[in-house]
Amino acid sequence: MTTQPLTEPGTGRGPSPAAGETIVSLEGLEVHFPIRTGFLDTLLRRQHGVIRAVDGIDLTLRRGEVLALVGESGSGKTTTGRVVVKLTRQTGGTVSLDGRDVSTLWGVGRLRAYRRRIQLIFQDPYETLNPKHTIREFVAEPLVVNGIGSAAEREERVLAALESAGLRPAADFAARYPHELSGGQRQRVVIAGALVMNPEIIVADEPVSMLDVSIRTELLRLMLDLRAERGLTYLFITHDLSLAWVIADRIAVMYLGKIMEIGPAEQVIRSPHNPYTQALVSVSPTPEPPTPGQRAKRTILVGETPDAAHVPPGCRFHPRCPYAFDRCRVEEPPLFDVGGGQSAACWLAEGGRSLPVLPPRPEAATIAGSDAPSATTAGGSPA
Amino acid sequence: MNAAGSASAGRSPATGSSRTLPKLAVAGAPLLEVDDLRVHFSIESGTVRAVDGVSFRLENGEALGIAGESGCGKTTTALSLVGLLPANGRIDSGAIRLYGIDLVPKSENALRRYRWREISIVFQGAMNALNPVQRVVDQITEPIIERLGVPARTARKRAGDLLELVGIPRKRGGSYPHELSGGMRQRAMIAMALACDPAIVIGDEPTTALDVMVQAQILELLEDLRHKLGLSLILITHDLSVIAETCDRVLVMYAGRVAEEGSVDEVFRSPRHPYTQKLLSAFPNIRTDKRTLAVIPGAPPDLRHPPPGCRFAPRCDFAMAVCTEVVPPETAFAGVRVACHLYPAGSDGIPVTKPTADAIGATAPLVEAPLDEPPLDIANG
Repeated sequence: MTTQPLTEPGTGRGPSPAAGETIVSLEGLEVHFPIRTGFLDTLLRRQHGVIRAVDGIDLTLRRGEVLALVGESGSGKTTTGRVVVKLTRQTGGTVSLDGRDVSTLWGVGRLRAYRRRIQLIFQDPYETLNPKHTIREFVAEPLVVNGIGSAAEREERVLAALESAGLRPAADFAARYPHELSGGQRQRVVIAGALVMNPEIIVADEPVSMLDVSIRTELLRLMLDLRAERGLTYLFITHDLSLAWVIADRIAVMYLGKIMEIGPAEQVIRSPHNPYTQALVSVSPTPEPPTPGQRAKRTILVGETPDAAHVPPGCRFHPRCPYAFDRCRVEEPPLFDVGGGQSAACWLAEGGRSLPVLPPRPEAATIAGSDAPSATTAGGSPA
Repeated sequence: MNAAGSASAGRSPATGSSRTLPKLAVAGAPLLEVDDLRVHFSIESGTVRAVDGVSFRLENGEALGIAGESGCGKTTTALSLVGLLPANGRIDSGAIRLYGIDLVPKSENALRRYRWREISIVFQGAMNALNPVQRVVDQITEPIIERLGVPARTARKRAGDLLELVGIPRKRGGSYPHELSGGMRQRAMIAMALACDPAIVIGDEPTTALDVMVQAQILELLEDLRHKLGLSLILITHDLSVIAETCDRVLVMYAGRVAEEGSVDEVFRSPRHPYTQKLLSAFPNIRTDKRTLAVIPGAPPDLRHPPPGCRFAPRCDFAMAVCTEVVPPETAFAGVRVACHLYPAGSDGIPVTKPTADAIGATAPLVEAPLDEPPLDIANG
């Protein structure tokens, strides 16, 4: 209920880690879940097809960066995050940490060292915290489970973690129960629970989407401050492209288990080279009334994301793509380098080309009246 | 009001009837008028004054957005309008006048005449609001039979028409809710809300759990229905961008009271209340080059013991001595209504103490510069 002092008000960003070396890399990662419709199927290991949750992605996480994995529900972003923290087994491809292949590293004992370095933060602080445990118990749990330190050392680390998460006085918060905290404070506790292991990488799955906007900024600031202080690396999973744009260095856009586009945050938003990214940018909500011109430029895709058991052939986005042509229906595009560290999986981006200009949506133009002067530049860069 | 031609001409695609006003309607009264509404909840540890003196109007064919964060009283306001407050909540005082008829003193039985038929509501989680073991079309047909007293066959036809109207193919009506996607379920909810051809539809966070693309589709549908059916909309949401997108007017609530109200253009382009200013700049705006987000320090007050004076004062950068003592009256100018001591009676919209650029720009940069580019200009102001 009180104002939590931020670790370092002001700039959230530390020294630019532009040259950060690769810390985690995923190569050709696949997670296919078998579809079994009943008990007998499970028993006989009989399956009726597969859900291709993650369907062959290459992704590198560089030390010290915030990489946002953006996608709608069913895009495979959460599954990718779970593979990185090794909560979900990949069915193909490799996962490496510091260049060492950890794909076959499984089992609680063997994963102990790995999990110290990579921690996960979940979306819902209400469900993550056990209502019957004090904050101290929650934050100390990973230490106890891993048999780290004496009781006194643990206490010290717990208090330090709470302090880093902006919960001060730490001793006071440690003795409380979750119901005595506000939503923002609970999420700080969850962050403290991740920090107590002194991780290098934090995979944050929608860490602020349950919070009110007024609280959200403080949490994001905290996460960025922690990066500056401790040199943390974040894989930030979110459905919110605008939020990704604000906090991430790079954005990777996923659709139906594939990466459609990846690149520096600003660049991906300003000049998307994949039609899906372009459509997402065009409908991203903004806190200002849209002008008729902006309305006309909007690309509202028809239909919904197909389910991952029935991935369309060719480019998986082609059935909803306003630009789709013959090749898209049969051949899946790889990620083409479009310059500046940005790549897009689209045949139109081959050779680094930009997307052609779409005519404005006719119905939108009618609603908006005739004054849609800039409507001819379909969602492109504002020069 | 009924004769207001254009609004009623396009109504009722399914029945083709034009709107007849309730018998008790007062001639010339506005469609909906909420006057000094106060709603209290009794809980073990005291009384929560969830809505504490809220007034607003809704004109025919208008879309009003009610914005605010959790606990500001926006959902309580909506539930009061349809008489669906939880058992421990009651309307303490104030009036809710529909066509001039005050609904507050009405019995539950009398309210039924108005709920769904005049005012209906679309709830947030379509998954929880639909009956999982009944076909969607039946769930829409039933209330039509019950409330409009039409034969089953007519009701069924109307249900099919409504489904088509909201973009669900008629044959999909035979599906159970779990067979539909989130967006489809929300469309079905909207069809249900339209079942009895209401004048006002309230959407309580109608798109909150949906993906952006589906949200865009649903908002487009609501906009479309509003024009086709001449509906009046009240959209309750924490997401200001949804209101910017769809509404004519916006009412910003904070801790049970109105902070600011006015046309969307005016309030979004020149917010007057410090809370509105902060709230707006706490949302990222992808169309600008400001990669900054505002911090609103502190938390909303405990509504069992709200602070005296302005409820936002403890978190406000411009709080003056008077703010912690005297409840700010609502001042109207330039088509907006603001409850803030910076704008005393007779104000023309210029705050009495000029907020310093520094204070407004307490949107300290969250991000200094993207990795591979020269630093962005993140000047505040």
